[in-house]
Amino acid sequence: MTAITFDKVWKEYGDHVVLERINLDIAPRSFVALVGPSGCGKTTFLRMLLGEETATRGQILVDGVPLKAEPDSDRGVVFQRYSVFPHLTVLQNVMIGREFEKSALLGKLFGAQRRTAIEEASKLLYEVGLAGHETKYPASLSGGMQQRLALAQALNRRPKILLLDEPFGALDPGIRADIHVLIRRIWNQNNLTVVMVTHDLSEAFRLGTRVIAFERPRNRPEELERYGATLGGDLPVPPVMPKTQAGPQPGATITQDFEVWPRKIAADLNGASAAPDAPPDLSLPKDSEKALH
Amino acid sequence: MRAINMKPNFGWHVVLACLPFIALAAAYAISSDARLTANPNDKLLPALGTIVEALRLHAIVPDARTGIYLLWSDTAASLFRLLSALAISAAIALVFGIVTGLLPLARSTLGPFISVASMVPPLALLPILFIVMGLGEASKITLIVVGTTLKLIRDLAQRVEEIPREQLIKAQTLGASTWQIALRVVTPQTLPRLLDALRLEIGPAWLFLIAAEAIAADSGLGYRIFLVRRYLSMDVIIPYVLWITLLAFLMDYALRLIQRKAFPWFAGARSA
Ligand SMILES: Nc1ncnc2c1ncn2[C@@H]1O[C@H](COP(=O)(O)OP(=O)(O)OP(=O)(O)O)[C@@H](O)[C@H]1O
Ligand SMILES: [Mg+2]
Repeated sequence: MTAITFDKVWKEYGDHVVLERINLDIAPRSFVALVGPSGCGKTTFLRMLLGEETATRGQILVDGVPLKAEPDSDRGVVFQRYSVFPHLTVLQNVMIGREFEKSALLGKLFGAQRRTAIEEASKLLYEVGLAGHETKYPASLSGGMQQRLALAQALNRRPKILLLDEPFGALDPGIRADIHVLIRRIWNQNNLTVVMVTHDLSEAFRLGTRVIAFERPRNRPEELERYGATLGGDLPVPPVMPKTQAGPQPGATITQDFEVWPRKIAADLNGASAAPDAPPDLSLPKDSEKALH
Repeated sequence: MRAINMKPNFGWHVVLACLPFIALAAAYAISSDARLTANPNDKLLPALGTIVEALRLHAIVPDARTGIYLLWSDTAASLFRLLSALAISAAIALVFGIVTGLLPLARSTLGPFISVASMVPPLALLPILFIVMGLGEASKITLIVVGTTLKLIRDLAQRVEEIPREQLIKAQTLGASTWQIALRVVTPQTLPRLLDALRLEIGPAWLFLIAAEAIAADSGLGYRIFLVRRYLSMDVIIPYVLWITLLAFLMDYALRLIQRKAFPWFAGARSA
């Protein structure tokens, strides 16, 4: 159960306001999908959540505690690429999280501990559909397999928050659909809060329990530098158009915010079991998609 | 067909590859023959027979005065100096390359110093080394170490910085400490790149070795070449130069082979 709170967060690079006044409460067990035009600060948002970047103003709280200023094992991550270690085999890539955890000096396990770690890793690999590829190196895996490996690697450390930055952007649609099923199952079976950046609206609505759009309210080129993306509008189901904000609105921020499956989260929170691979209800996404444009 | 699209098959590849070597040998044979016909006592371009005889005297006949096989004792002396120096360089470069490449604090401290120090011409240090360390093995090995280490460090630090940031972040989200990242993520990825960097330093290493041996030594391939130079013994110098070339080539080949066998993942990762 991990709640994330953004409390009036600003991010600036020098004069360049990237994100401004982000106020956001992410409920435990949410699957948040972040969408927005290229360059509006989605990756920056994720990097702040990761601890790789610090907010210029405001603060980020995880379960009410300010976020540690460096990446840590409570937040797992899958990037678009370069997420796995090229010099380790598939099995070693998944095991290494456990080895970091259990062996401070050598980062390597031996004997019974090693056998346990191999067992755990093999199970995860089976779950993501990579059984039989244990001894291969990542370079000889396809893009989709590498991303599934990266997921298994991140999950092996049992993070409370999983951050995904366009993890499936480079995959072809067929493989993407498979991975969507996988990530839904992972999210259902683990006690995870997921934040995923994507360029694909239908992916956002298919997977997310909540879809958040980032946008810069001002788009004239000469103003782009001065005003960052901002987070605006709060669209409960059924979606209504975002409230128009009075006055100039510098910086990118949240412009749309959809609760896609509010009942589903509530059901999970009450301990009711959700069907692992329940087909996503697409009727709502269709409406919401229209509302976004 | 355009020239850029004309590719040799394997047979032609071998023939074409041999061509420059054959051309050089032929040019030598013709010039040597011409000079020897004009003057049978000419020492500049000795005939093949003369060279083979000189090689025999150095390689398979013990030296009349000392009873040692000169070519082999020279080779052993030179290789000992060269290989121990390169091993020391590689070890130092691995540690400092990773430390400066990975830790911003170390980069700030050592980066500018290494950049400046690597501009010092190593051969200009040779007299200082001879004065401080004497004329023994230590000063020769030190010259090679000084001449190669700084460039190796710079190269490796750069390679470490080129490791995608995503990997270092990922390792941190898996709970790794700085030490664990250095040990399990960075070092294994730096080793094959160290072999690449070492291959580039083989040439400079021989240069420094021969320079040091030419000035002060009593054995070694470089020492022999500069010793017989006094008697214009081209029949000794030429096979020695060829032998040094072959040794350097074999070292390069061995490093490539080690890289391929010990780091099977590297070829795939490099092209990815
Ligand atoms: N380290 C940095 N220094 C300066 N500016 C930066 C830095 N990182 C990001 N920016 C700027 O912040 C803005 C947002 O970048 P970001 O990568 O977060 O966009 P994004 O929404 O992820 O875009 P995309 O969809 O293309 O991935 C960009 O204009 C970028 O130039
Ligand atoms: Mg991005």
